[in-house]
Amino acid sequence: MSVRVAKPGALSTLQDLGRFGYQRFGVVVGGAMDAWSHRAANLLVGNCESEATLEITLIGPSLTFAETALIALCGADLSPRVGERPLPLGRPALLRAGSQLDFGRRQSGCRAYLAVRGGFHVAPVMESKSTYLRGGFGGFHGRALRHGDEIPIGADDAEDYYPGVGRMLRESGDSFYAHACALVPPFAIAAKTSRAIRVVGGQQWDALTDSARAQFLSAAFRITPNSDRMGYRLEGPKLELREPIEMISEGVTFGTIQLPPDGNAIVLMADRQTTGGYPKIANVASVDLPLLAQMVPGQSLSFEMISLDEAQRLYLAGEQDMGAVAQAIQRQRRGP
Amino acid sequence: MEVEPQLRARDEHAAQVTPHLDPGGSAQGDPAILDKSIVNSITAAGWRIEPMGDGCLIVEFGQRVDAEINRTARSVAHYMLAHPIEGVVDIVPAFTSVTVHYRPEAFSDSPAHDPPHRQLRRRIEAILAQGITHPIDVARLVEVPVCYGGDFGPDLTGVAASCGLAPEQVIELHGASPHVVYMLGFAPGFPYLGGLDPRLAMPRRATPRTKIPAGTVAIAREQTAIYSIETPGGWNLIGRTPLKLFAPQASPPCLLQLGDRVRFVPIPLELFRTLEAQQA
Repeated sequence: MSVRVAKPGALSTLQDLGRFGYQRFGVVVGGAMDAWSHRAANLLVGNCESEATLEITLIGPSLTFAETALIALCGADLSPRVGERPLPLGRPALLRAGSQLDFGRRQSGCRAYLAVRGGFHVAPVMESKSTYLRGGFGGFHGRALRHGDEIPIGADDAEDYYPGVGRMLRESGDSFYAHACALVPPFAIAAKTSRAIRVVGGQQWDALTDSARAQFLSAAFRITPNSDRMGYRLEGPKLELREPIEMISEGVTFGTIQLPPDGNAIVLMADRQTTGGYPKIANVASVDLPLLAQMVPGQSLSFEMISLDEAQRLYLAGEQDMGAVAQAIQRQRRGP
Repeated sequence: MEVEPQLRARDEHAAQVTPHLDPGGSAQGDPAILDKSIVNSITAAGWRIEPMGDGCLIVEFGQRVDAEINRTARSVAHYMLAHPIEGVVDIVPAFTSVTVHYRPEAFSDSPAHDPPHRQLRRRIEAILAQGITHPIDVARLVEVPVCYGGDFGPDLTGVAASCGLAPEQVIELHGASPHVVYMLGFAPGFPYLGGLDPRLAMPRRATPRTKIPAGTVAIAREQTAIYSIETPGGWNLIGRTPLKLFAPQASPPCLLQLGDRVRFVPIPLELFRTLEAQQA
């Protein structure tokens, strides 16, 4: 089975949960920017959460499925449709052989995640299928999808996971059949909310001037156009340190907020380097990274400080929510 | 997290790289530079653990780039890789620190309802308190052939001028410096080497270049780096090696490993081309 790329979209790359265990070699972790949507999409088609999904950015591709395929889309709403018929987000759908998945106007969010039952069959590099564009490895030949690509996919066993789904598709006569099994909020579109991004203080938080600390927690910061999978460059009030700090490069992580000498903060994202040498003023709480990942350049955001204990409590609660979603899918998949 | 296979793989790398460039025999046989297992007493004042967000702890051993501090960081990282803690997903040694990346859910169950960061901190404190034994440094000497100057090292003459030296003297001092791999970072397989002769210490360029080819050997401050993949960068470019520093399919994916001693050997352009062809 394979999927053919009729149009590549703006930036469509295979991503999984990241390339861990190799950062000590300078190897970038990468992985899905919005890991929640990535995991949810996989769960809906009965994949392991760590299977690769297609991360689709802003402008979606056109994909032709030669054979019947069970797919799910989560995250940004980029107006997906099969033929003229809109494809619902957050629901598994069985596509008829030969149908084409297209996208249209962006309604919300920045990144959609396409999971295919059985996954994308590309060889893992350093135990991960994530595409690292700057290094040119991982995913599909180390690059974003291009016109004409054929990516091997899947397993032809949708019927085993959602009994009766094949018959429903045949009887409907439609291009796809969306199973009733659906995700409940908050997984629908986190990006619709406009609340502050929660952060915990960084090692150099106290090195900021009093007014810089106050500004960081009250001002609006705009995500500039030169923001990408590596980092979000923010524009807002210039943040000042009490005095210049001589930093020695050390580890950084997803959500680390660095402050270069120009006073404009950078939030490190999925394709961040493994180490950095700028003061670290704060770190985005992991539970809010998916929200940030769904924000688009030009959008403004604000920050709210929480304690590390609270950040970890929220993270663990989020993991429990994801577990509950997995269980709900298990309950619903055999139908009413 | 498997340490043994990697140590073996290191030696395989050495076998691939050094023979034709190391006619005098590598340092592996030289007892004077083989580190014996030395107990390193890390005192309570000698380290500090700080959280970085909700999934990392950074263990810091000092505030300056220094051979001993770096050796401590490497030894602690080595120990933690050899004695994995469930839930720790990455161990990242740097000049003066070790960053420990973890999954908080692996520490969600504690009788005292301690948050995950406190549980992991206690585990790390216990390791450090017991004292870390420096591993027998692999004491690997990797010879790195470099074609200096010209298009490969456009900053060589500038570096020489600002150091008050002739370009040949820069090459000589660079080759004689006792380089050690302090850290891999910035890009996959990108080594930061300590040990540069202080006479070659240079600030970074005011304006970084947007594209530096893989293999470029560069200096800044009292360090040498080798660009492992094509990236932007602000260091002073003095030459290029035909060796591949990073190969995603190899295990480990990097030519140079932490703690490796590196000797730069000047080569003419013809040999560069020959070795480059062998690497391809």
